[in-house]
Amino acid sequence: MVPYIPHTNKEIEEMLVTIGVKSVDDLFADIKPHLAPKSFNLPSGQSEFEVVEYIKKLGAKNKLLISFVGGGFYDHYIPAAVSALVSRSEFYTAYTPYQPECAQGTLQALYEFQSSICALTEMEVANASLYDGGTALYEAAMMAIRLTKRNKIIMDGGVSPIYRKIVKTYTSNLHFEFGETAVVHGQSDREEIYRLLDKKTAAIILQNPNFFGAIDDHSDIIQKAHELGILVIESVYPISLGLLKTPAEMGADIVTGEGQSLGLPLNFGGPYLGFIATKKQFIRQMPGRMVGETVDKKGRRCFVNTLQAREQHIRREKATSNICTNVSLCAVQALIFMSLLGKEGLKELAQLNLDKAEFARQTLEKIPNVTVKRSSPTFNEFAVCLPVDASLVIEAMTKKGFAAGFPLGRYYPDMKNYMIVAVTEKRTKEEILNYAKALEEVLKS
Amino acid sequence: MKLIFEKSVAGRRGYLNPKADVPVKGEILSQYKRKKDCPWPELSELEVVRHFTALSQKNFSVDGNFYPLGSCTMKYNPKFTENLAGLEGFAHLHPLFPQLPSGEELVQGALQVLYEMEQLLCAMTGMDGFTLQPLAGAHGELTGVMMIAAYHKAKGNKKKYIIVPDSAHGTNPATAAIAGYEIISIPSDTHGVMDLKKLKESITSEVAGLMLTCPDTHGIFNPQVDKIAEMIHSVDGLMYYDGANLNAILGRARPGDIGFDVMHINTHKTFTTPHGGGGPGAGPVGVKKDLIPFLPISRVVKRNNGTFCLNYDYPDSIGYIASLYGNFAILLRAFAYILLLGKEGLKEVSNMAVLNANYIQERLRGRFALAFDRICMHECVFSASKQAQRGVHAIDIAKFLIDKDIHPPTVYFPLTVKESIMIEPTETESKQTIDAFIEAMFEADDLSQKNPQAFADLPQTTPICRPDEVKAARELNVNFFAHP
Repeated sequence: MVPYIPHTNKEIEEMLVTIGVKSVDDLFADIKPHLAPKSFNLPSGQSEFEVVEYIKKLGAKNKLLISFVGGGFYDHYIPAAVSALVSRSEFYTAYTPYQPECAQGTLQALYEFQSSICALTEMEVANASLYDGGTALYEAAMMAIRLTKRNKIIMDGGVSPIYRKIVKTYTSNLHFEFGETAVVHGQSDREEIYRLLDKKTAAIILQNPNFFGAIDDHSDIIQKAHELGILVIESVYPISLGLLKTPAEMGADIVTGEGQSLGLPLNFGGPYLGFIATKKQFIRQMPGRMVGETVDKKGRRCFVNTLQAREQHIRREKATSNICTNVSLCAVQALIFMSLLGKEGLKELAQLNLDKAEFARQTLEKIPNVTVKRSSPTFNEFAVCLPVDASLVIEAMTKKGFAAGFPLGRYYPDMKNYMIVAVTEKRTKEEILNYAKALEEVLKS
Repeated sequence: MKLIFEKSVAGRRGYLNPKADVPVKGEILSQYKRKKDCPWPELSELEVVRHFTALSQKNFSVDGNFYPLGSCTMKYNPKFTENLAGLEGFAHLHPLFPQLPSGEELVQGALQVLYEMEQLLCAMTGMDGFTLQPLAGAHGELTGVMMIAAYHKAKGNKKKYIIVPDSAHGTNPATAAIAGYEIISIPSDTHGVMDLKKLKESITSEVAGLMLTCPDTHGIFNPQVDKIAEMIHSVDGLMYYDGANLNAILGRARPGDIGFDVMHINTHKTFTTPHGGGGPGAGPVGVKKDLIPFLPISRVVKRNNGTFCLNYDYPDSIGYIASLYGNFAILLRAFAYILLLGKEGLKEVSNMAVLNANYIQERLRGRFALAFDRICMHECVFSASKQAQRGVHAIDIAKFLIDKDIHPPTVYFPLTVKESIMIEPTETESKQTIDAFIEAMFEADDLSQKNPQAFADLPQTTPICRPDEVKAARELNVNFFAHP
């Protein structure tokens, strides 16, 4: 018995009679006997209680620690109203708004989400979400290739190494050319980037703050790129934009980002929220769903999926992307978070992250043999240079209950002694001081 | 209803940040600072709650309405899986922990979920290996086709084409094109299945593979599927199983046994993770032995001592297709659902889904033109061609149903059937609900005979009626702040 299947045997009999077959098996006659499963070796069903107990046990095996790990995914506080509202089943048990009359809730929310992303980035248009920050960056690269009809992409070394790998994986069959530049003093290496620019270059991909936590103003790079007809893609961290110069102000053409920090739990990697925003002139090459305002038959304002002629269900192999399902519910969740935070709340939250990170920086600097890089300004994450391999230190810190940071050597082999440390508003002064104390002990031993 | 931005009152707060407990104030040079504050709305918490509550009430949903949206499998989403996804040990687990030195020990529970899920999916589908990383069905398709490309590259095969039947979802041709292939589209024959003669003519040594939804979007299980696989394999092409409709054949056939080499699963269809108004989904991809070396990294491995780790050392892997390990919280829901149903329950899912679809097909066939007159699987496809002669189109019938509190079936897809109405009742709907739907369809047909003009003003019970989509596209407004 499955509690989600309502039919009684009597009803099943009645339905079979109506259909005119003897048994349910007769309905599967097109699956010839020789196509039957060689095995179907699954466990027997269990009660809800049993499954819940089992999964709770698995959950308890994970260890959360006091975390100073960021790397693109941040442990911010999520107000209770966010989960309460997004748990309304009118949102989560609906599907893609194909029938606008009975989906105005989702449609208006997605329009508001697009607008809120535009407000954050100061870009002119945004879509209704993509899978995550990494795949959004890949979609942006493809968009730039289509817009410029060129095939070379320059990626700054400060762009998340995970994201750079994604972009390369997806384009491996498409004969693109890549240039990758290292960072200098934490920031984008202008000289090296300019050296690589040519008539084949479609786009430069930058990130702010970058993977090392450094803040930059890319206006000069963007201006130079535009002189050569090259587009610039910026990957951004939403919370930092409460304070930082917006990508639009710098002149960026396409902006993407990971929206997890906007009210989504870390969830061991997903679901997250990719977003993409651009200039109005590029909108027809922007992938994914988009919601637009219009009026109904009686002139009432309403919202519909729009510019669908770009999408796979209409254009098939000529579509701008193969994306169908996006992450609507995560977009609604982020919208609720953004609406609760509001204009002042965002500014304050960004300042709070900055303050806490600065305090952690100053505290860690006092530990003998620990150097905190100060060649470039940072937001809530910064690189720390240790006297020994950072991996050893992080491992020892784990035993003391701290996730101390992310070892840069994992993706940058010449930076083995470095770790990046993230400090969100959730880390208290006491935790930061205890962390510093533990680190000092570890380094002594 | 007003936009949330139109309700904003300067100075109002909906949430207070923690107090700054550190004795320093961070400074940023003005050249790095934004000039204008971000104009997010300013409301109290209650105002935000009212806004989103009111918005939610404008939606039809599975919890509120029968939702027989063909091809989308809108079945009931069990509540306990929502609770499990919120467990602290999972919800607050940082995804980079396993990438810390010895960090895998911090995430053993999460890795065990992923590992056991892969095992369950292999047993269910007859595949030899799975990746859970793809973030949606179409993302799974792209991962799968990239593995097909990697397979041919490794063998030195010169391949150019992917074959796709005309009844396929748009994602199939779009995916193959994005992966660098050209598309050969094969028409359906009069019985609704791929035209085998046309297929035979298209097969050359340059064919990389064929993508097949099975049962297809006509709701038909192609009885010749093994012959098709033979034809494709004869030129060293690979068979891709689009798992959009896997929910129809659980325990009845396994893609891995009937000739498929690669497949994806839409967890939000077969394993009823919530559709979320259009995602997030998850699109695990399974492969046969020969393709295992090409699976994306990382992969979850069980060590000899029974613990779990992530392995990145696969030189032939296609690489990184997602930032992390997949939509974990979605996979966890699907995992819980599979454990609860078990072997017998999963078979029941397909049995009852197919029973319900055939029951609807049989009862509606007198009134509506059946696209293909044969036993169907989990969905049935009609054409509103008879009603269209009276001036009432598939979209009009859809709007009529909205007034009956029923979410309309899929209309105008599949593209192969004119005026198509594609109905997928799923296994979780009762006979009473299904009968009420059938009655509503009869009423729609009655009205099309008596007063076809009446449809133009439907629906009448919803906040809006027939939005102007042309205006939306022409006078594009996708951002409030650009059109205040």
